Amino acid sequence: MVGGTSVGERAFKASNAVIMVVIMIVTIYPFWYAIISSLNGGMDLQRGPVFLWPRQFTWASWKTVLADPALIQASWITISRTVIVTCISILYTAMFAYAFSRPYIKGKKWYAALGITSMYFSGGLIPTFMLFNWLGLYDSYWVYILPSLFSGFWNVIILNANYKGIPDALYESAKLDGASEYMMFFRIVLPLSKPVLAALSVFSAVGIWNDYGTTLYFTQSENLQTLQYMILKLVQTSSAAEQMSNSVALANPGIAELLARSQGQGLVTAKTIELASMVIASIPMIIMYPFAQRFFAKGVLLGSIKG
Amino acid sequence: MKAVETGSTNVAAIKNINRRSKRLLDFRAQLELGTMIWPGILFIIVFNFIPLFGLVMAFKDYDPITGVKGIFTSPWNHFYHFKEMFRNFQFWPMVKNTLGMNLLGALVSIPVTLLFALFLNEITSRKFKSFIQTITYLPHFLSWVIYGGLIITFLNPQEGIVNFLLVKLHLVDKPIEFLGDPHYFWGLMIVSGLLKDIGWGAILYLAAMAGVEQSLYEAAAIDGASRFKRMLHITLPGILPTLMILIIFAISGMLNNNFTQIYVMQNSLNMSASQVIDTYLYQIGLQQFQFAAATAIGLLKSVFAVLLLVGANYASNRLTRSGLF
Repeated sequence: MVGGTSVGERAFKASNAVIMVVIMIVTIYPFWYAIISSLNGGMDLQRGPVFLWPRQFTWASWKTVLADPALIQASWITISRTVIVTCISILYTAMFAYAFSRPYIKGKKWYAALGITSMYFSGGLIPTFMLFNWLGLYDSYWVYILPSLFSGFWNVIILNANYKGIPDALYESAKLDGASEYMMFFRIVLPLSKPVLAALSVFSAVGIWNDYGTTLYFTQSENLQTLQYMILKLVQTSSAAEQMSNSVALANPGIAELLARSQGQGLVTAKTIELASMVIASIPMIIMYPFAQRFFAKGVLLGSIKG
Repeated sequence: MKAVETGSTNVAAIKNINRRSKRLLDFRAQLELGTMIWPGILFIIVFNFIPLFGLVMAFKDYDPITGVKGIFTSPWNHFYHFKEMFRNFQFWPMVKNTLGMNLLGALVSIPVTLLFALFLNEITSRKFKSFIQTITYLPHFLSWVIYGGLIITFLNPQEGIVNFLLVKLHLVDKPIEFLGDPHYFWGLMIVSGLLKDIGWGAILYLAAMAGVEQSLYEAAAIDGASRFKRMLHITLPGILPTLMILIIFAISGMLNNNFTQIYVMQNSLNMSASQVIDTYLYQIGLQQFQFAAATAIGLLKSVFAVLLLVGANYASNRLTRSGLF
């Protein structure tokens, strides 16, 4: 980089660094706040917020959350659907994209037309709901799996662009050795596409882990709840309770006190439970993303355009 | 003479065999490719195209009790759902909320993210730069349930840290009910959306900036161009195509709100500012089972979304010669 070390230059660099630090603090602080509050005693938290470190450190809320059978069931649903769908859909989509990328495949134009149309037109929520209902997917574990097994034509286009970097000579020599299309896919294409596949897998896993729409729209049984959906319910009940106590607080302090007590006593309150579940449910993503980060540079260029 | 003849027939026979085996090989290859691609095609047909038939409901008097068959047998109703939609008192406020939040959101988040990327690009220490990126990515990987829940906790009038500070610093007399007051809702959505995705959004710009010819900067520096002049005249034009693609996406998504974000923070008190097309669709469609009316709104929305996409792309091609297609 060019640039001297004039006073103006140094002032710019310093203020730029300060701005960056401020932005970092603002983006990360909410999550830090959740961690320290969830590790703080519940009643103590009601006296006033903690800022940097728990005032009264305790694992009580975490223990309560981790011992909750509903949470274990929800974790099981969330983990299993994330793993199954990510593995199958990325592998299958890579295979689909391989077949689609072969210049000699018959009917390529038709497949392209079909795929591109599917990117821009969909029936929307209600027709999809009716289809799922008709297929018997409504309120069944399969609703988490079946509709996501193909990760969409967007990813086919991304993979297709990546496959273009594989030299034709590799295919030709494999063909001369009598390799089948499957062998070419598994022996040549898959090993050479690891970075993009890793990036797509991360996007897929994050999307599924964080999804609560499927649970909200297409299930009603309690044993099909996902982690995110459980937390959504916790957030909604606690914010409803807060509003109630806020509006009551003005009229009648006694009732407000009673409502506050109904939120829990001692080390564990509704608030700390909520925050502890949030933190616990984010741990897998937090662990995963720095590892996956090195694959991003390649994959994200195309991948993150779609939002 | 005879020997030569048999030789040529042999060659012909071998050629024939070769041709047949090549055809056989071709057939095998096509069959294998077919087995790879057909399940996906079947998937697209089932999950993308079959629901399109359901759109017929928008023009019919459909009763959910009649099931799937009823979609086709129920009587046409002369655009009743569409007329009813415009007569509904909830319709225009909902459109206003949808467009308002998206438009203001795009006007704030695109320039701010771009500025962040521009300044981040000026950080010369590679380690510091990637550290900033790692930290600012993080919220993108948290779900909206969690990030939204954190924002709610932060803004809580009694225990929330924001109100605590506002009161302590005597900026307000009594705590502000951020989520109970419709006036704050749009701002909350825009700011929280920006905070969550600023680091992630900057990746695209940074990647585009890395592609800008370094010699241009050196030449400009020799000519005495200041840092800001270089940003304005070299970096910005260099990333224009990326910027245009993001603007096209923002325009075509004008009618799509982030349901996951809004639904978390929506409550009965801020409903007048938080009801958008997507949340309304969920409410009347899946909570009140007005399938046909919800389908009509969904259909109208997707038609306008496609028009917006085509229009934005056309405008971008005309104005900047770079577009999506």
